[in-house]
Amino acid sequence: MHVLADTQFVEATWIMIVKSLVIFGLVFGILPLMTVLERKLIGRFQHRYGPNRVGPFGILQPLADVGKLISKESFRPDNAIRTLFVIGPLLPVLSGVLALAIIPWGDVQDGVGLYGIDVPIGILYFFAVGSIAFYGLLLGGWSSGSKYSLLGAMRSAAQLISYEVSMGLALLGAIIMGGSLSLVDIVHAQGEIWFIVPQFVGFLVFMLAGFAETNRTPFDMPEADAELVQGFMTEYGGMRFGSFLLVEYMEIMVVSGIAAAMFLGGWMGPGPGWLDPIWMLAKILGLILFFIWVRATLPRLRYDQLMSLGWKILLPLATLNVLVTAVLVVVT
Amino acid sequence: MTEFPYLDDQDVVEVQRGPEPGGIGGAYRAFGETLRGLKTTMARLIEGPLTIQYPEEKTPVYPRFRGRHKLHRFEDTGLEKCVGCSLCAAACPADCIRVVAAENIPGERVSAGERYAAVYEINMSRCIFCGYCEIACPFDAITMGHDYEMADYDRDDLIFTKEMLLAESVERTPLRAEGE
Repeated sequence: MHVLADTQFVEATWIMIVKSLVIFGLVFGILPLMTVLERKLIGRFQHRYGPNRVGPFGILQPLADVGKLISKESFRPDNAIRTLFVIGPLLPVLSGVLALAIIPWGDVQDGVGLYGIDVPIGILYFFAVGSIAFYGLLLGGWSSGSKYSLLGAMRSAAQLISYEVSMGLALLGAIIMGGSLSLVDIVHAQGEIWFIVPQFVGFLVFMLAGFAETNRTPFDMPEADAELVQGFMTEYGGMRFGSFLLVEYMEIMVVSGIAAAMFLGGWMGPGPGWLDPIWMLAKILGLILFFIWVRATLPRLRYDQLMSLGWKILLPLATLNVLVTAVLVVVT
Repeated sequence: MTEFPYLDDQDVVEVQRGPEPGGIGGAYRAFGETLRGLKTTMARLIEGPLTIQYPEEKTPVYPRFRGRHKLHRFEDTGLEKCVGCSLCAAACPADCIRVVAAENIPGERVSAGERYAAVYEINMSRCIFCGYCEIACPFDAITMGHDYEMADYDRDDLIFTKEMLLAESVERTPLRAEGE
């Protein structure tokens, strides 16, 4: 067994370009639908219908929203730092798109791997690019020159240090069991049993940390529309605001994708090979629905509560999980 | 020194306290309560939306709902019930009814009584829909209907004339069924 991914497997350049375009197109086709789905579901959770006026069943609502956002002025406050203010919303988009590349949608079929790229360091890459998103929030919030933005940025920094460690440790258990860092290899290792069963604690900790990573309720303190107006996005308008919003959904997609690959058996499922990406999509969709369900249920925590949850409960749990897994893997 | 009638370590009134937050027990309870919350929201999802999508669906009104006024005629003779007594205008707290009475000329009677309302106007932008006019009317000539969709672009259009009030009004509002 090789610990790193098979670096000998190289595809033609044009295949990779086509693949990246397809993944990009697919994801950016799904993201607007996700926003409608979320708004409709949140509505149903509250005895409402949600958007149902624009187009059939309201599915054209995001088109109308984006049209509105584009036509708005890209406002910049006087005391904002120009370059950083502009870079702020771009960094998270970059990190989200980069992270999408490693989500495996299927195995190598007819010489084409159904994933963006199978990086040898796999999951480390996810952590590396995933954390870049927070620089966007921090820089955007700080450079806005507004107290609400600054508070939101501070909160996101406090949030970052309290969940990142547990998140890494939570995945470590699955990595040990899979014997590889590559997501494709980890999915292969789940042929007998999905890792959610032996690694249930890891899955739980990862999902909790995932809520913090995506700035979703109950951990949406950086945004906190009730207290901080919109946190780090307070001063943003137009499509810059839109890209922050887009990133939130992209991150949900990425975290769901990683969770599906690491714990839910990735593309594994009954049926012929061409069904694999659909299975993967179904699993991701299931996790997205869970994200929405939780958002409809839980109120926002204070950030000291998140920190004590992260340091006092998630970190010991994840560490214990890693230790037990390591011992069991060595013994058996 | 005053003697307190209670011991230092005892509450004066019985206080209901939840379990101490934090710790393993707190985490366990938080997890349980989270699951309970998820169950609650899912139950709401299953119940389905309660929204009445207004322009297409309408809330049924009760039989005694006080909406747009109607003036009535006798069904057999076709004469107006209103005799122009102005009692409705006198009862109106918003002072939105204007009645000008005129004598009936034999041969071309308009109402059953001695006089009739030559002008009968209700200013709907003033009306508070209290229904006093309906109560004040000795001949049941004016009643409150069920229609409430009277929005308009022009204030002048909100002054309803006698012809408009006498005309068979469009029933745009569903009536609440028994037990609804």
